[in-house]
Amino acid sequence: MADKISIGELHLSGCTGCLVTIADNYEGLFKLLDDYADLVYALTLVDVRHVPEMDVCLVEGSCCLNDELSVEELKEARAKSKVLVAYGACAAYGNITRFCRGGQWNQPAHESFVPISEVVDVDLYIPSCPPCPQQVRNVAVMAYLLLKGNDEQKQLATAYLTPLMQLAQRGNEACGCDLMYDVINQGLCMGCGTCAGTCPVRAVTMEYGKPNVNRDQCIKCGACYSQCPRSWFNFDVMNNYEGIMGAIKGAMQ
Amino acid sequence: MDVLGNYKSAISARSTDKDITRKSQDGGIITTLFAYALEEGIIDGAIVAGPSDEPWKPEPMVATTKAELLAAAGTRYTISPNLYLIKEATRSYGLDRVGIVGVPCQIQAVRKAQVYPIGMRDVDDKIALALGIYCMENLSYQALEAIVEDHCNQKMESVKKMDIGKGKFTVYTERGAVSQMPLKLIHKYVQPGCHVCLDYVANLADISSGSVGSPDGWSTVFVRSMKGNAVWDGAMAAGLFETQPMDQVKPGLDLVKKLATEKITKNQKHVDERKTIGLKADGTPKGLRNPYESP
Ligand SMILES: Cc1cc2nc3c(=O)[nH]c(=O)nc-3n(C[C@H](O)[C@H](O)[C@H](O)COP(=O)(O)OP(=O)(O)OC[C@H]3O[C@@H](n4cnc5c(N)ncnc54)[C@H](O)[C@@H]3O)c2cc1C
Ligand code: SF4
Ligand code: SF4
Ligand code: SF4
Repeated sequence: MADKISIGELHLSGCTGCLVTIADNYEGLFKLLDDYADLVYALTLVDVRHVPEMDVCLVEGSCCLNDELSVEELKEARAKSKVLVAYGACAAYGNITRFCRGGQWNQPAHESFVPISEVVDVDLYIPSCPPCPQQVRNVAVMAYLLLKGNDEQKQLATAYLTPLMQLAQRGNEACGCDLMYDVINQGLCMGCGTCAGTCPVRAVTMEYGKPNVNRDQCIKCGACYSQCPRSWFNFDVMNNYEGIMGAIKGAMQ
Repeated sequence: MDVLGNYKSAISARSTDKDITRKSQDGGIITTLFAYALEEGIIDGAIVAGPSDEPWKPEPMVATTKAELLAAAGTRYTISPNLYLIKEATRSYGLDRVGIVGVPCQIQAVRKAQVYPIGMRDVDDKIALALGIYCMENLSYQALEAIVEDHCNQKMESVKKMDIGKGKFTVYTERGAVSQMPLKLIHKYVQPGCHVCLDYVANLADISSGSVGSPDGWSTVFVRSMKGNAVWDGAMAAGLFETQPMDQVKPGLDLVKKLATEKITKNQKHVDERKTIGLKADGTPKGLRNPYESP
């Protein structure tokens, strides 16, 4: 279909959990592929060997600097896509690959893994390990509206995607400590508990109403910080939550 | 948006269930609505501020029975991080329809988790009822202790009820003593995060409620979303509330609006001042982060 957008997934050093997450939209994935997006590139799902031109490229995994092919493919994907997304915590922040120091079974020399923004410019972040199926779905629908919608839809999609683009500008390091640096130290935390609720490895506990991070347990996925309502909160989008959730639900029916 | 947020109707109301009003803070709106929603299968459980080992220190809990809701009724003027159970409620507790109560910032967090479910897998469509309680400011537990024990001269464990109203913080003890302190002395104890808060009456809740605007023992209720509307109509039809039109009660909606305007204006000013809290070497303003502008 001509008015669909094209989406691809470039797989670098990740565990494939992000790819599986796309599939975790179940019938929603078929709806996305039927009406909104052609999947033009993805490990095991699409039989295409070389990075094609695409509207949106989701990059999973961090980039191994000792693996020439990864570096080349990442650069190629950047050149060939309109919007490049760091999809998941490894691509955005390094995540558990931050702890790599070589010595893997079949590739002992692979030891330098960096978030993809250290190699190429990134437009948008979807943090967390793994990201949530619903967040990928929302970004896919909004990307469609941004590229194919009318003026009003473009405006909504821009407002929606802006904070995720700002996260990409903010930097490529994140861990539970960001709650300390950019929320508590800044006098912004009000003890809602979202950070503790969102952490996939339960590294955050609430002590007398404020977050306490077990730094040995933190895998640097960035979920707590990006989900915290005091890291960013856009009133124009959130005040219209009923309309936006309705629109996304409607789009998926 | 208006300081009172979008709403479909504003009503003064009180629960008709005496078991609830004996324990609830004001008109028992929150406990009654959750009990009704449990009964009707609108929710499978609700995240509320339950009791803990320490007196007056709330511990978020998932309530699945009316008895549990009653144990969590009433206001604790200190932080209860209710959101920390939001994903857990759908996992360990296996709830498909989650109710949650929270102060305005917590309801904002609920909506962010739904619109941007970054680390909140399978949560967005499981939030079945988000009830908000008005909030001017909140206190750390240590601040509450200082207020009750140092200013009001009462032991935390001997307190039966705490209340804020008519410019005073009031403590009622088990043995019938009443201690008060002027609210303006409390401001220095308020957690800093509250100074950037731009919501008084939980604008993003399905239904929100507080005491201000209505007579003692009654609550002012805003019915806001389509979902909230359906639940409210159902509870009314079931005879769970007595109500009065808002324009016939004293002090009425004007006071709610006045307090909301005061809070938001004051805090907006604080947010703006943060932009220029210091000076760089060249004399240009050096500011703090504004969460409403960018991460
Ligand atoms: C910090 C704070 C400040 C408040 N400030 C105002 C105000 O300025 N003006 C005003 O009109 N009302 C204020 N309220 C709300 C008011 O105290 C009552 O909570 C509200 O009227 C509901 O009463 P109810 O009888 O309907 O609810 P109830 O049936 O008594 O139920 C109250 C519900 O709130 C939950 N809860 C109790 N404490 C907390 C907490 N700290 N955090 C999250 N959930 C909690 C309980 O678990 C329970 O489910 C404030 C509440 C809090 C917690
Ligand atoms: S999510 Fe943010 S505001 Fe909420 S408790 Fe954690 S750090 Fe504080
Ligand atoms: S504390 Fe948890 S949520 Fe936050 S970055 Fe670390 S692992 Fe991720
Ligand atoms: S004043 Fe605002 S930030 Fe503080 S507890 Fe109340 S709703 Fe939350």
